[in-house]
Amino acid sequence: MLLTFLGMTAFAIIHTHHLFAVVMMSGVFSLLSAGLLVMLDAVDVAFTEAAVGAGISTVLMLGTLTLTARREKVSKRANWVPLIVVCVTGAALIYGTLDMPLFGDPNAPSMTHVMPEYIEGTEHIFQIPNVVTAVLGSYRGYDTLGETAVVFTAGIGVILLLGAVGGRKRDARDENESGEGS
Amino acid sequence: MKHHLILRVVTKMLIPSILLFALYVQFHGDFGPGGGFQAGVIFAAAFILYAIVFGLETARRVMPTWLLQSLIATGLILYAGVGFVGMFLGGNYLNYTVLTGHAHSGQHIGLLLIELGVGITVSTVMIAIYFSFASRTPRMGDEDW
Amino acid sequence: MEFILGHYNYWVVIFLMMAGLYVVVARGNLVKKIVGLNIFQVSVFLLYISMGKVAGGTAPILVDEPVVYSNPLPHVLILTAIVVGVATTALGLALVVRIRESYGTIEEDEIQVANAADDLLEENRP
Repeated sequence: MLLTFLGMTAFAIIHTHHLFAVVMMSGVFSLLSAGLLVMLDAVDVAFTEAAVGAGISTVLMLGTLTLTARREKVSKRANWVPLIVVCVTGAALIYGTLDMPLFGDPNAPSMTHVMPEYIEGTEHIFQIPNVVTAVLGSYRGYDTLGETAVVFTAGIGVILLLGAVGGRKRDARDENESGEGS
Repeated sequence: MKHHLILRVVTKMLIPSILLFALYVQFHGDFGPGGGFQAGVIFAAAFILYAIVFGLETARRVMPTWLLQSLIATGLILYAGVGFVGMFLGGNYLNYTVLTGHAHSGQHIGLLLIELGVGITVSTVMIAIYFSFASRTPRMGDEDW
Repeated sequence: MEFILGHYNYWVVIFLMMAGLYVVVARGNLVKKIVGLNIFQVSVFLLYISMGKVAGGTAPILVDEPVVYSNPLPHVLILTAIVVGVATTALGLALVVRIRESYGTIEEDEIQVANAADDLLEENRP
């Protein structure tokens, strides 16, 4: 049911030309996928996806829209080449899923390789109830360090691109005007 | 936004609850769904709401630039620093058991400090990104809506 | 029949992925491309999490009585991926704002025309 709504929202995003409506529908898409993730027993991930996708992403896109255009230009060029590319890629991916384990199979290789050891260790050695936080912080701590560094770098990148966080926007605008004029 | 009285009153009532919820999610990451990232994003959402309703200049006075810039780096340094402390106390990098000598409490303290570092960095980066976007004056009027 | 029911989730998610990819490839507006990239990322997350679900399992938070837990390893990886995704979206939107200020438009074909005109100007300069 939720997957049907997701499909309809994606279809609407493809065909709408009013950018404000597109941004709103992407927020709806994130919210529906967060609901789907709760049904798939991924509560931490659903929490993060709802907060990040329906919150921060939508706000930043609306901020971009106030600084750029509001409508998309209707293009007249032929769209069958992207359609063919997309169909070929989709067919290849579906061919790849043909020998995946069935949905919900408890004997799939992703469950039996390393996870029982992590769950056992968290239960008996650490005694931390939230297994996801324990794996994130302690078994896979290096990945989380790298991810924090990625967020840090993205913040620095945006500050570099869009002018100082403080009040130097007058200098940036003068610089830009003289750059465009030359 | 001076004439949106309902928005201002409701926002003033909502923002403390949002901040409190962010702190709850941060510190209960061990016992339920939550952790550093979710808490950081919710914390930033409270500040962004304040900036939207009450204006960017007021929000800049609450969260000045020097504070943002130092906090962005502090979170990451806290995370890496916990790893180094583990190394100095005799274990590997990012080994939490040597922080107190006992596996159970060492893991709890290590995870608490790490999630705090992650939460600080994520929240201040989101606030800084929003301030950067909002401080650019829009170059077009409303004729293109 | 059981094969189709067992794999139906994956196929729907692949359809969503292809919808996102189509938006990135076939539309010229830069903001819409970023929205399409977002759709692609979210459907990849759905694919991985649905690979980790165990039938009859519950959320991976330890409780006292013995139950079957869903696999928490995809959750950890996808949590990292979501945060990285929002970081790239923010950087992409900042780039779009700068492109708009520099070229005056965010449609891809107009930007290519402006680039070609600039290149011709560069070549003809003595």
